[in-house]
This record gives sequence, C-alpha cells and structure tokens, in this order.
Amino acid sequence: MATATAARTPRPRQPLSGRVSDRAFNRASVLLMSVAILAVAYPIYFIVIASVSDPNAVQNGQVLLAPSGFTLEGYERIFSDPTILRGFGNSVLYTALASTISVVLIVSGGYALSRRDLPGRRTITFLLVITLFFDGGMIPRYLVVKELGMLNTIWAMVIPAAVGVWNLLIARSFFDVTIPHELREAAQLDGASDFRFFFRIAVPLATSLIVLMAMIHVVANWNAFFDALIFLNDADKYPLQLVLRNILIQSDLSQLGATTGDIESYAQAQRVGELVKYGTIVVSTLPVIALIPFLQKHFTKGALLGAVKS
Amino acid sequence: MTAQLNTPDVPASSESPRGVPVTRSRTALRLRRVLRAWQLYVLLAPVLLYFAVFKYWPMYGVQIAFRDYNPSDGFSGSPWVGLAHFERFFSSFQFDLLLTNTLVLAVLNLLVVFPIPILLALLVNQLVSQRFRNVVQTVLYAPAFISTVIVVGIIYVFFSPRSGLVNHVISLVGGTPINFLAEPGWFRPLYIGSGVWQDAGFSMVIYLAALAGIDPSLHEAAKIDGASALQRIRHVDVPGILPVVSILFILAVGNLLNVGFEKALLLQTPLNMSTSQIIQTYVYQAGLQQAQFSYSAAIGLFNSLINLGLLLTFNWVARRFQQSSVI
Repeated sequence: MATATAARTPRPRQPLSGRVSDRAFNRASVLLMSVAILAVAYPIYFIVIASVSDPNAVQNGQVLLAPSGFTLEGYERIFSDPTILRGFGNSVLYTALASTISVVLIVSGGYALSRRDLPGRRTITFLLVITLFFDGGMIPRYLVVKELGMLNTIWAMVIPAAVGVWNLLIARSFFDVTIPHELREAAQLDGASDFRFFFRIAVPLATSLIVLMAMIHVVANWNAFFDALIFLNDADKYPLQLVLRNILIQSDLSQLGATTGDIESYAQAQRVGELVKYGTIVVSTLPVIALIPFLQKHFTKGALLGAVKS
Repeated sequence: MTAQLNTPDVPASSESPRGVPVTRSRTALRLRRVLRAWQLYVLLAPVLLYFAVFKYWPMYGVQIAFRDYNPSDGFSGSPWVGLAHFERFFSSFQFDLLLTNTLVLAVLNLLVVFPIPILLALLVNQLVSQRFRNVVQTVLYAPAFISTVIVVGIIYVFFSPRSGLVNHVISLVGGTPINFLAEPGWFRPLYIGSGVWQDAGFSMVIYLAALAGIDPSLHEAAKIDGASALQRIRHVDVPGILPVVSILFILAVGNLLNVGFEKALLLQTPLNMSTSQIIQTYVYQAGLQQAQFSYSAAIGLFNSLINLGLLLTFNWVARRFQQSSVI
C-alpha cells in the first residue's frame, strides 16, 4: 500500500550523506513532525478514552493518558436512543442515494466532456467552470429548491449538491488521459456506438475514478449538515450531523433520559450526557475514518489528475 | 428526426461522413456533427440539466436583490426597487461590523492556514525514513475526514469552562479558567486554530504530490554540488512547487469571503457575536430565519461580487508575473 502513495518521492532511498548539517536538519524535522503528530492525534485519543471513562473523573481532569473507571454506559445510551439511531439511519440512506446520483452524473458527464469530438465542448466546459467563480448565493438557491417542492423531502438531501465542477473536471481529465483516442477510433470503425463504447470500455477502465468519486462523496455527504439545516423541518428526517449538532453544540439533552423531570434524574441525565457527547463523536466519525486506508490509495492519484491540463 | 440520427453511427466504408458534404454550408456540416454525437449529449444531459436548475436558475434568481421578492410573483415578476436593499445594507449599523469581521477573519485565516501546509510538505519531503513519512501523512490528514459539526463539538468539549481539558490545564498552572466560547476575543483563534488542525495535513498531501513530481536528477545534481538540505529546499523544491502554490493561492483568494461560514455559524454564541457575526452568517439569519429574502440576497450578491473582484485581480497579477493562472 505504501507504494501507492503518490506523495512518495521517486528518489531512491539512500543513507544520509555525510553532511553533519543535513543530519541535524533531519533530526530537527523528525522532532517537529513528532510534535505535530501528537498535536493532531491527542484530541482524538482523548475523546476515545473519555467516552469509556467515568464522567466525574473526566470532569475533574483525571483522565489524561488512560481511561479511568471503565464504563460503557455512554455507548449503551447512544445505541438505545431513538433520535440518534434515526439520525444514523437517515444519514446512511441520504449518503448512499446522494453518492450514487453524484457518481453516475459525474462519470457520464465527465466522459462526454472528455471527448474532443464533442461539438460545443469548449463552450459547455466554460459555462460549467463559470459557476465555480460566481453563483446565485444561498438565498436564490434556497428559493429554487423551495420552488421545486423539494423542501423537507429526501430529494433536498440528495440532488441540490450532486455535482461539483471540480469533480467533473477531474473525471474529464481522467478519461482524457487514460483512454487512448486510437482505441475509440478503432472501436468506432468496428461499429461500436458511443453508448456501447462508454458502457463496455470506458466505464470498466474507470474503476479507480469511480472508487475515488464514490469515497469523496460518501465522506462529504456523511459530514454535510448545512443543507439539512436549511432544507428540512421535521426532526424525523434529520441526518446524524444535525442530531449531533443539537447534542454537542446546543447541549440539548432533553432526549437523553430526563423524561420524569425530577432533579435527580436530571442530574443523572446531565452526567450521562457528557459521556454521550464523547461517545457520539466516536460513533459518528468511525465509519468515515474506516474509509481512510482505501481513500489514501486513490486520493493523491485523483488530486493530481485534476491538475492535468488538456 | 431520430431516424436520421441513428444512421451516421455505422460508417463502415472508407468514405467517412465527414468527407461527403463538401459543398454543403458550414452550418449544415456543424449540425450534422452535432446530430452524430447525440449519444454523448444524452450522457451529458443530466449534468447540464443539473447546472441549469441548481446553478443558473439561482443566478437568474439573483435579480431579487433588486426587487421586493414575494413568492407568488416569482423571481422576475416581483416589483423592482433598484438599489434600495444595497443602500439599506450599506447604511445599516451592522455594515461596518460585518465587513470588518468578515475581512479580518478571512485575511487572518488565509495568512495562517495557507503557508503552514507548504512548510509541512517541504519538511516531510526531506524526511529520510520512508515509514515515518507515511505515519506523518496518515495521521496529519485524518482530521480532514471529520465533519465540521464534530470539530466544533470537540472544541466545545475541550474548551468548556467547567469540564474542559484546556481549562483544567489552565487551573493547574495557576491561571483563571476562561470561558472561550463566550469571549469575543477567542473566536478567531479557535476558528483559525481548528482550521489548521483539521486541514493542514490534507493540503500538505497536495503539495507532497507536487514535490514528488520534481525531477530527482535536480536533487542529485544539487547534492553532488554540495548543497545542504536547506539549500536544496530553497533552490529545488520551492521553485518546483511554485506554480501549484500560486494556483492554489489564487483560488483561495477568490474564495476569501466564503470563509467556511458553517464553522463560524456553529461556533457562534450570543456572547461572541461581536466577532463571530460575518456576512454569510448574517445572510443566513436575515434571509432564512427572518425570511427577508431580497435584502439578504442583496447582501449575498455583494459578497459574491467582492470575491469575484479579488479573484480576477489576483489572477491578473499572477498572469503578469508568471505563466500560471486559473482562467
């Protein structure tokens, strides 16, 4: 897998040259990078250990390097909470549908745009790229979605953000670079139509593009919250990120146990609430973090493709 | 018409259809080529429809900034009021505050967040141990996959006045706890700091990819000539990635005022409004929460126009001094 990381320099590995200053430089970089790694990784590590620790110990600052007073109470509460579970289910549904729509549109559109014999190709590309630099803004976009009757429906979650110009350009460059024009001309001479060539040859050759696009969109859709905030009204339809916002940022713990309303259960809810906060961060981030190893294989390749000029 | 379309797709003979109509006019020839490519247009149609509906229709709808929008009359039927909304915004007491907050946050953010990944990439690229390099890369770019909501949630948890880790440390060293999210002065450091934490590694990977594209023989030659690591960074790496840097910088400037306002919205509390209220969060509140569609569309348009102006200016500058430009 390491070889797939495009960021690796083609320079052959070799022992440090004799220069003392170079060795000192390398040591300083290693030190600096170790500090950077700690600074990035520690908050994540802390969240994980805090999610299984006694909330009182966390509150008192006793949890720093290892969990204290191990408990799974937070996770039990999370996995029995109807709001969180519904949010999780909604997010899975929106993410799957939205990502499928995006990938289909981007791959087919990107292929068509990569064809140099497409009449009007330059004009169309130009019209698409303009939207990168100027758009109508939040309010007209909202009004259009409203006009289409999509407000408070699943469609508002899967269509309005479907195609990004940047991704379309990456797909275009991908086809432009990977599919030799001679191949298409040969297929054309043999009587293959554009459809046939696209489905039988271009798509099978584009698996790495498709995987890359699928992953980019799965991550983006899973993490999106703003469209849900403005387009959805029913709490039943909220994706996980919006549920999390209410729990983490607005500290809305009303869902979490305080049903009887007496002070004791309120204090209990407050206590578990802190645990739930750490736990939800872990649970909601895990699916995306699990994708990183796969993404790493495909990402840098794609990032460079976008830069290829045609 | 469709019957006509199907035929030219099987040009089995040596006379290609392109060669036949020499005597026809150019428009007829062009039409023929368009018709021949109909299957490509079918593949492209969903994307074109998407852009027409979700990009160009809102662009057309921007005219409500010059009208008093009401839903029954639609975008083009609502009464024309000219620049009234702009005048109201420019003379409102919030205008100075919004513009200052937006510009300060955007410029600080650019100055801090833009150079750090470049420095990281230059250092990581020089690391000798391949395994360590891979560890650095993987760890540093992991936070890019965490959602904005979660990042802000982590901030709330860490910087909480009573239970937060940061305040524990502050009390430990004898300071007084700070209510970070209620202090207007802490909004920008939190915003920018979390931006570095989340995005530096991801951008670093892009620069590393650019560094990997530098011809290795340049480094070899420099080494033979006795150049130190720092000298090789200065004279080989930096010039090598400069085109990528300048393109990304132009794009960043063009998006200057679009500073991730979602994070600003999430970090906003009633107590830190005096620094956290920026143009985009105000558009959201005035437009969608208070339904002043035309007024907030005007503010949004003002924001977009400044962005466009900045982009064009910097693109022009870059084009003058270098060969690389975005458009």
